[in-house]
Amino acid sequence: MSEKYEHYYVPDQSPWPIVGAVALFMMAFGAGHFVNEVTKDQPGYGGYLLLAGVATLIFMLVGWFRNVIDESMHGLYSKQLDRSYRQGMSWFIFSEVMFFAAFFGALFYARTIAIPWLDGASNNASTAAVLWPAFEAAWPLLKTPGGIETQAMPWQGLPLYNTLILLASSVTLQFAHMGLEQNKRGQLKLMLGLTILLGASFLYLQGIEYVHAYQDLGLKLDSGIYGNTFFLLTGFHGLHVTLGALFLTVIFLRILLKNHFTAHKHFAFQAAAWYWHFVDVVWLCLFIFVYVL
Amino acid sequence: MSTVTTDPHAHAEHEHHHGPAKGLKRWLYTTNHKDIGTLYLLFALTMFFIGGAMAMVIRAELFQPGLQIVQPDFFNQMTTVHGLIMVFGAVMPAFTGLANWLVPMMIGAPDMALPRMNNWSFWILPFAFSILLLSLFMEGGGPGFGWTFYAPLSTTYSSDSTALFVFSVHIMGISSIMGAINVIVTIMNLRAPGMTYMKMPLFVWTWFITAYLLIAVMPVLAGAVTMVLTDKYFGTSFFDAAGGGDPVLFQHIFWFFGHPEVYIMILPAFGIVSSIVPTFARKPLFGYASMVYATSSIALLSFLVWAHHMFTTGMPVFAELFFMYCTMLIAVPTGVKVFNWVATMWRGAMTFEVPMMFALAFIVLFTIGGFSGLMLAITPADFQYHDTYFVVAHFHYVLVTGAIFSIMAAAYYWLPKWTGHMYDETLGQWHFWCSLISVNVLFFPMHFVGLAGMPRRIPDYALQFADFNALISIGGFAFGLSQLLFVWLVVKCIKGGEKATAQVWEGAEGLEWTIPSPAPYHSFTTPPEIK
Amino acid sequence: MAKTSYLCWSLLTFLLAFSTQSAEMPLNMTQGVTEISQQVYHLHMKIFYICCAIGVAVFGVMFWSIIHHRKSKGVEPAQFHESTKVELLWTALPVVILILMAIPATQTLIAMEDTSEADVTVLITGSQWKWHYKYMDHKVEYYSLLATPRKQIDNKLKKGDNYLLEVDRPLVIPTGKKVRFLVTSDDVIHSWWVPAFAVKKDANPGFINEAWTKVDHPGVYRGQCAELCGKDHGFMPIVVIAKDQADFDQWIAQEAATQAAAKAEEQKLLSMNMSKEELMALGEKTYMGYCAACHQPTGMGIPGVFPALKGSKMALEDLPGHIDIVLNGKTGTAMQAFAKQLSLSEIAAVITYERNAWDNNTGDLVQAADIAKAQKP
Repeated sequence: MSEKYEHYYVPDQSPWPIVGAVALFMMAFGAGHFVNEVTKDQPGYGGYLLLAGVATLIFMLVGWFRNVIDESMHGLYSKQLDRSYRQGMSWFIFSEVMFFAAFFGALFYARTIAIPWLDGASNNASTAAVLWPAFEAAWPLLKTPGGIETQAMPWQGLPLYNTLILLASSVTLQFAHMGLEQNKRGQLKLMLGLTILLGASFLYLQGIEYVHAYQDLGLKLDSGIYGNTFFLLTGFHGLHVTLGALFLTVIFLRILLKNHFTAHKHFAFQAAAWYWHFVDVVWLCLFIFVYVL
Repeated sequence: MSTVTTDPHAHAEHEHHHGPAKGLKRWLYTTNHKDIGTLYLLFALTMFFIGGAMAMVIRAELFQPGLQIVQPDFFNQMTTVHGLIMVFGAVMPAFTGLANWLVPMMIGAPDMALPRMNNWSFWILPFAFSILLLSLFMEGGGPGFGWTFYAPLSTTYSSDSTALFVFSVHIMGISSIMGAINVIVTIMNLRAPGMTYMKMPLFVWTWFITAYLLIAVMPVLAGAVTMVLTDKYFGTSFFDAAGGGDPVLFQHIFWFFGHPEVYIMILPAFGIVSSIVPTFARKPLFGYASMVYATSSIALLSFLVWAHHMFTTGMPVFAELFFMYCTMLIAVPTGVKVFNWVATMWRGAMTFEVPMMFALAFIVLFTIGGFSGLMLAITPADFQYHDTYFVVAHFHYVLVTGAIFSIMAAAYYWLPKWTGHMYDETLGQWHFWCSLISVNVLFFPMHFVGLAGMPRRIPDYALQFADFNALISIGGFAFGLSQLLFVWLVVKCIKGGEKATAQVWEGAEGLEWTIPSPAPYHSFTTPPEIK
Repeated sequence: MAKTSYLCWSLLTFLLAFSTQSAEMPLNMTQGVTEISQQVYHLHMKIFYICCAIGVAVFGVMFWSIIHHRKSKGVEPAQFHESTKVELLWTALPVVILILMAIPATQTLIAMEDTSEADVTVLITGSQWKWHYKYMDHKVEYYSLLATPRKQIDNKLKKGDNYLLEVDRPLVIPTGKKVRFLVTSDDVIHSWWVPAFAVKKDANPGFINEAWTKVDHPGVYRGQCAELCGKDHGFMPIVVIAKDQADFDQWIAQEAATQAAAKAEEQKLLSMNMSKEELMALGEKTYMGYCAACHQPTGMGIPGVFPALKGSKMALEDLPGHIDIVLNGKTGTAMQAFAKQLSLSEIAAVITYERNAWDNNTGDLVQAADIAKAQKP
């Protein structure tokens, strides 16, 4: 600790946060109206405001990150600041884990508590006897107490391929990272490109799976708690894969077009990689608890 | 120092002389932790008055039996939005404001670790609350399902504004999470050399733990509101038995967030009181290490007690017993804290300036709230207390005379450091005594009303409750008016007053008291060495 | 200090002055009328006394210190700041006290949750904003609604003694018998609470919670809904009358006979047509009692929450749809099913009323037989 203190860069004023706040306002206010308009078939401006908000947010992100990249390229960032970014990113990922935990919690609660109780388990003998005499507990719940029927999504086939694809993408990303650290730029570019490609094919297959679910299995968002948890968990995961893939694409373009990142300084790359691995782990949990078990 | 190309020190020199920018831009674009702290505090104060105005509507309606001023529908919207504003708009931002001002100064950091994100965290809030307040003017009214928004009242049976409520909670959550990440990273990464974890002031410690609670549970709240959204608008049945869900599932998810949330609103208060009591007792804090351990145990236990809000929902006996025992256990570390404060005062040399008065009131009144909390933990008795005014009394004791009083104490304690002027002691004492008396007239009788059987969240009541409700309302109006004194005092203190010294208080210890008052725009750009 | 004590005393006297005025309101939890409610009361008092004792001790030390250890008395502050022994002591001691509290609490709780071997079972269903009682062993079921006149609530009439705590048809239970309550809901969560029995159970839609009581003495016991359930949460009280077994038997036999007769009458009405005036009169009465809370007396509804009936497509054109929604409700909305709440003629009348009131003027007359037909499949 005795070496000379490396200055901790505190940026001067920045217009981007307030732009971001306005963007979130437009998104939230727009979405709040849009949801009502869509579900009630009413005319309105909510959708446009939401889109404008998203556009503003993208504009803000581009501007903000350009500033950050410039500062970083000008060497304003000390090691300590680099650590701040790393820690910030890890705790952000932790918060994402907790978001998924809420939905996994709902899944476990429905499977182990709500559904057995509706069939008379624990202190709910009367619930089954009086309210739902015809209901039988099962998971996946193919016939709800209210009588909606659906079919289960098997884990063999598309979900299994998707698991392999995502696992493979984590491996290729690791190779890309090694390429970056060993200054093998060719390997870096190839492997990173491959990762993005794998991510895209995952999303494509997931899309096909959804169409299959809706058209062939009658498994829909509103077909009871099985469909609810299936679509919200895989849906939010898919959203995160999309964001992760976009993140990786930006990194890829920076490497391809501007030759950014060095073997020693590549926080953005690392953050994108962490995010990607996190998305991968979430998928593994999904595969096990939503599809297989 | 590896690949840095330009000399950072040259840049640093240049930056040292930066004062604040001029005009509105200073506040919109700022990255300065002191500016942002000020913004948070002023925002919290504004929200405190807006939420307070709603409380006045509630108390005016309840002044007499019968419906006089508002209709039940609007009454429900008032209780709901009052709760949401006070929790998410007043108490939490006030604590975040204090963290912004104080954490960097207390650990010898140049600023918060991620200054731009810090500004973003703040500026989301005014927008989020505008959405919430605007929803009150929508067709069908704003949210009227209580701040706990139990399904299916908040899903199938709610008004169109529910979507706005959901999305405003979403962006509030984003703000809180980013704020919490900032606090954690600042504390982990920006401590001055020699400032080990066990040397950190307790305010820093309690906020450190609070921030972990925040990033652990705010996303869960986001999940809960998302499920409410899809249940209401997109046909899912998370909280609908007909689809295999359970309305009680909502309560489990909500309180898994909600219970740590109430500690989010009280742990920083513990830190504040632990800073103030030693200063005015002129004696070091008793049991520093045990305070840290007690705070951590409270935080850990907070994840195991959520269902004590749900004893009447029909859980099996073993679950009720588990949550009862865990909840009772929380009394142990909380007790340790109170004992430590008392031991700190013991054989000190006390003086009683306004911060100390608020801190002492905090200790007594928060403990009363703790006692009623212990009573509420006893499941069979909770069946009688649950959802009555006894509960209302309990959580207002911990939140108003607990959290809010600690925030007042903090404001008085650090105002001289922030403004460079001493506040008006006489006016402060007036504010304290008026608040103390009125707050007890307001909340103490609620215990009796609740025990006598008055349910909470009702706009009209049986005749036997009339006298006490009138008394409570009088207390409420008086407490509301008393807070105007505080605004007056703060304005006076910003405008001028006796110059404050660097140390301000005779017994004050800590890094923030080593820099001049008012604190310079940039402090500790080079970290101090801590022995 | 003089200031402090003066203020404390004035506060106390102020509070006492008020408490003597309102002699009607008890200042403590009710002891109730059952063995369990007594246990709960004593548990409450025990814990209250323990808390008081701890409070007196802790605050006693604190105020002693505030009085004696002040700078103005010229004391020098001590500098001690830790003691593991003391910390251990005041961690361990509370644990012991808590265990002493937990033992009786556990015993009472286990007794409260044992709903086995009941003599009488009543299914209690909450809905916005009324209670429905169904005796599982008898053919008796009915709704229980707030009986306080609207004008008292709006301060146009003097409020009665049981203001907001009175219903049209109370629940009747026998004394000396274990009565089991099956609590559920048709819409949102309600909570069935009678303080005198120490029974408070949430009514969760789609699930049944169980509770029980055994009342020893005949009497009238009042309670309220204890979970926020929307607009009129404050206006759905509970009244329970406990009667001797003989009185109860007589009451329930009579009630069963009345309800059977009403059903037979209903069957007869199917072959008779009511006149428009009769339909409109009964329809208006039914509408005000069951529909106006949401759709408003003006038929205008509340925009954004409850749809208007005046000029609505359903009330003007779609008659089968109109009958269906009143009979079966609409899932996913606040519109409940009225098939079991209202008689056939009441449903016929209310639909007729909705199609002819407020300038809807369709001229449609709906008869009980039409409803019976719609109900068949």
